[in-house]
Amino acid sequence: MELLLNRYRNLTVLLVVIGAQLLLLAYQVKSNQDVRLVRVWAVTAVTPLARILEVVRRNTIGVAEDYFDLVNVRDENNQVKKELGRLKMENQFLKTELQTADRAQALQVFQSRTPSRTIAARIIGNGTGTNSKDVLIDRGSGSGVRRGMAVVTPDGIVGKVLASYPTASQVLLITDPSFAAGVISEKNHIHGTLKGTGQSKCKIDYVQNEERVDVGEAFYTSGEDRVFPKGLPVGTATVVRPGQTFKEIYVVPSGSQNGLEEVLVVLEGVHQDIPDAPAAASNDIYIMPPPKAKDGTAAAPDLPGSNLSTDADRLRERYKRIGEAQGHAFGEGRPGNFNLNPDEAKPPAAVPGQPSRSQPSGGQPSGGHQGAVSPLSPSTPAAGARPSITPKPGTAIVVPSDKPASPKITPKPVKPVTAPESTASPSNP
Amino acid sequence: MNEFSDRLLTEVQRKTRIFKFRPLTIVLVPLAAILFQVYVPHFFPYLRYLELPLLVTVYFGLMRRQPIAGLLFGAGIGLAQDSLSAANQPLGMFGIVKTLVGYFAASISMRFDVDNPLIQFVLGFFFFFFHQFFYWVLSRALLGQQIDFDPQQTFVLGLLNAAVAVPLFMLLDKMKE
Repeated sequence: MELLLNRYRNLTVLLVVIGAQLLLLAYQVKSNQDVRLVRVWAVTAVTPLARILEVVRRNTIGVAEDYFDLVNVRDENNQVKKELGRLKMENQFLKTELQTADRAQALQVFQSRTPSRTIAARIIGNGTGTNSKDVLIDRGSGSGVRRGMAVVTPDGIVGKVLASYPTASQVLLITDPSFAAGVISEKNHIHGTLKGTGQSKCKIDYVQNEERVDVGEAFYTSGEDRVFPKGLPVGTATVVRPGQTFKEIYVVPSGSQNGLEEVLVVLEGVHQDIPDAPAAASNDIYIMPPPKAKDGTAAAPDLPGSNLSTDADRLRERYKRIGEAQGHAFGEGRPGNFNLNPDEAKPPAAVPGQPSRSQPSGGQPSGGHQGAVSPLSPSTPAAGARPSITPKPGTAIVVPSDKPASPKITPKPVKPVTAPESTASPSNP
Repeated sequence: MNEFSDRLLTEVQRKTRIFKFRPLTIVLVPLAAILFQVYVPHFFPYLRYLELPLLVTVYFGLMRRQPIAGLLFGAGIGLAQDSLSAANQPLGMFGIVKTLVGYFAASISMRFDVDNPLIQFVLGFFFFFFHQFFYWVLSRALLGQQIDFDPQQTFVLGLLNAAVAVPLFMLLDKMKE
């Protein structure tokens, strides 16, 4: 060391002197923050070293620590993955349970509102046939289920019981090709027969081409098959086109759209009303005014209470008056003079003690003004009177109205398919 | 032997060419230079650019031919100049710069024949430029002062100081023992 200092003595002295003056300078000078320069230099000189040491420590010791941490993280990650998988399965299970509860609640609500007596059942299996559409439910003859009973959901009909076993029953779905049921359309109450096609859609047969069925029109059970009570939803028409003899109508069953898990077996069906069609689709039919008489005179005014709304009515009234003027009774003896003007002819003197046979009953005038329907007025005719003719094709105009066109159908009890079941409460599906 | 090699001194020549000064001279000459730097520009502003303490430092460094002596001499003159400078000017700036100037001047004098006036002119110009530039660097680096450095002006002032250095060195040569 001494040799080194002697060899570089000049340089050493230079560095010492420079260093001493730097220290002197640093001791005097303060930075802008009123900190002595020596402190600034010290911090500036130390902090990079500390930063380097920190980087080295982080990249060496930190990596080692991270490695040991990662070893634990790997195990923890595996546990978390297992836990996540378990929670996913549990979540899926709870979702399924929730959906099941929703369906059960819907079934219960439907069960409480429908007048038919039903029993809830769960589908436990499918049929084994290739083309057959049948399922097994967990209700059998022990629960009162008999062959031929209807199987429905709150959304619509599902099928009918094909066979009943003690603990289970086989249900033929409406999509099976051998299934058939009577249906009726919602708007015009067109009757038809629902048939399965083996596909997801069903066909409605035996609807005349002249009948009017619109796409989107709903169909309900008509109750004519004595299996399904009247008024249960069947489906919505998606295809309507004219066929060779009958219309080709395809409907999407509404009862099995959301999947089949829980169903209701109708133990004792009660007919219901067909729901009203939407107001915009209802039409009222009004009759054109009658044509004028051949003699140029205006047609008899159709006053309320008049039933002479057609030429036939007026002709019949004319002959009646001619007969009264000649004292002739139609159907007896020879016919009288039909060319006689009834207004000019006077009736013969009545025989005392013999009432006139042509006297109108009820004391009503014999004129043709009674019971006539106003030609253009859609007002209802007089009480008890009804139009005596039917409108000819081409003479009827269709005017939309809010009045529903379909008559109300009151529920009619049908003959129960099976014996009354006392346990109408639904099973817990 | 060419002219350049003739200017290179051998070890024997270097040791035999060391000049000595009287102590009073060593004290008074720098003091006079500093006083000139402090008071004369007050009356003659154009003489403000004359850096006599620097030229004295260079001269004593060249004549002593000992780096330690040269740097100590430069440090002393520089600290004295710092002490007499403005109150906001910290001590050590001129000291550091002139320490290096004295060191390098003594080191150069060991290699070259610095008695030649032309070399003295060149060395005067070089050390003035080095002094000004290194002072500017230290001011920016250590003190953070934003002062300007004009190379052209420094170049011209270097020539003027070098022109003054030659007769000054001849005058100071008279004070040798």
